[in-house]
Amino acid sequence: MNYRQIFMDGLWRQNTGLVVLLGLCPLLAVSGTVVNAMGLGLATTLTLVCSNLAVSLSRPLLRQEIRIPAYVLIIASVVTAIDLLMQAWFHELYLVLGIFIPLIVTNCAIIGRAETFASRHTPLPSVIDGLATGLGFCLALVALGALREIVGRGTLLSQAELMFGRIGESLTVTLIPDHPGFLLAILPPGAFIGLGLLIAARNGLSSWLAGREEGRRAPGAQQAGESTV
Amino acid sequence: MSLARSPLLKSAAALGLVAVVGTTLLAGVHRLTADRIADQERRMVLEQLGQIVPPDRYDNAMHEDYVTFRDEQHFPQGQEVTAYRARKGSQPVAVILRFDAVDGYNGPIRLLVGIEESGRLAGVRVTSHRETPGLGDAIDTARSDWILGFTGRSLANPEPAGWAVERDGGEFDQFTGATITPRAVVEAIQGALEFYELSGRDLFDQPAAAPPEAAS
Repeated sequence: MNYRQIFMDGLWRQNTGLVVLLGLCPLLAVSGTVVNAMGLGLATTLTLVCSNLAVSLSRPLLRQEIRIPAYVLIIASVVTAIDLLMQAWFHELYLVLGIFIPLIVTNCAIIGRAETFASRHTPLPSVIDGLATGLGFCLALVALGALREIVGRGTLLSQAELMFGRIGESLTVTLIPDHPGFLLAILPPGAFIGLGLLIAARNGLSSWLAGREEGRRAPGAQQAGESTV
Repeated sequence: MSLARSPLLKSAAALGLVAVVGTTLLAGVHRLTADRIADQERRMVLEQLGQIVPPDRYDNAMHEDYVTFRDEQHFPQGQEVTAYRARKGSQPVAVILRFDAVDGYNGPIRLLVGIEESGRLAGVRVTSHRETPGLGDAIDTARSDWILGFTGRSLANPEPAGWAVERDGGEFDQFTGATITPRAVVEAIQGALEFYELSGRDLFDQPAAAPPEAAS
């Protein structure tokens, strides 16, 4: 299996948030703004990379029967470590994300990748798979966060200082001045509607790309002698 | 099959090893971050307190010079109230009460209510809440200046009848579409002021719950 394929699977073809639909609870709950979404997305990515690496390294040690409890231990340790690190270095962002950082443990995408990928591959592909899956999840989160923030508040990257420090304050873009605020987008129903739209957009784009690919192949088939027209 | 080679024992040893490695990692990370996390928490408290009583108005370690108490009559549900005391040259300057308003629309509204020694409000801030975004969340300084309107008020300003939202015949604005949230905040602040009028000045004489870091 080549790395490019692993990467495209995690990022696009098997995107956790938009295709496999795992880890929807944090996806829906923390996608109110781009900064929150990015914070949780990056924390999840880091968790996936570390847990995939640890699971892959411990393959020779773990018998079939005890693999699941061992994965739970590994993932819980990694998440708790990340929780402490965020509390120390991104305290304000940590306060905003609150319970959803410790709850990364329960994101089934993580144990899913441990079971279906990292437990069957060597460390390097496992790390790349974790990175790709995490970034794919992060991408879905940020897209949904951007959608909800623009429609709901008329801004983009508000409170960026939580993540980037002082420089972040200048990153906030007000796209719609004096936006009265569109409640539906900010409240939970907006998350569901937004996710539905994103999945539809991804499917549409995917089939359009597939159609274009076929169109490119068709002339080649004609040259081979088959006349279909 | 000898006991030492039984798959059960091997599995148990493997799981034990994973647990030990995980715990060691966590102990290490904890040691690495504990001081910094404590610093961050102290900084957050100081920042919040400093918004109400600016640092140049006091010279004690206010975030460590606090007492806790309960007063069911003025603070709902017999909750524990934390009182931070600001002093300058051992003279009382102000007290900042941390407690929850419980009659909000969605869960407790955590308040910091600063009261000058004279009984005037030094300022009020909401530090956490789960009120509806776009409606009740105007109590947050990030959304509107509403909460700043309490600065300088006291039990006599407005008169007791005025200590309510406009809908209830009082002086304080409610926001469009939300009455419950501001009503809960107004009532909580009034309760705190009444408490202070009765027995608040005694707070300055009580020994601190944690020893002040740098006694002046």
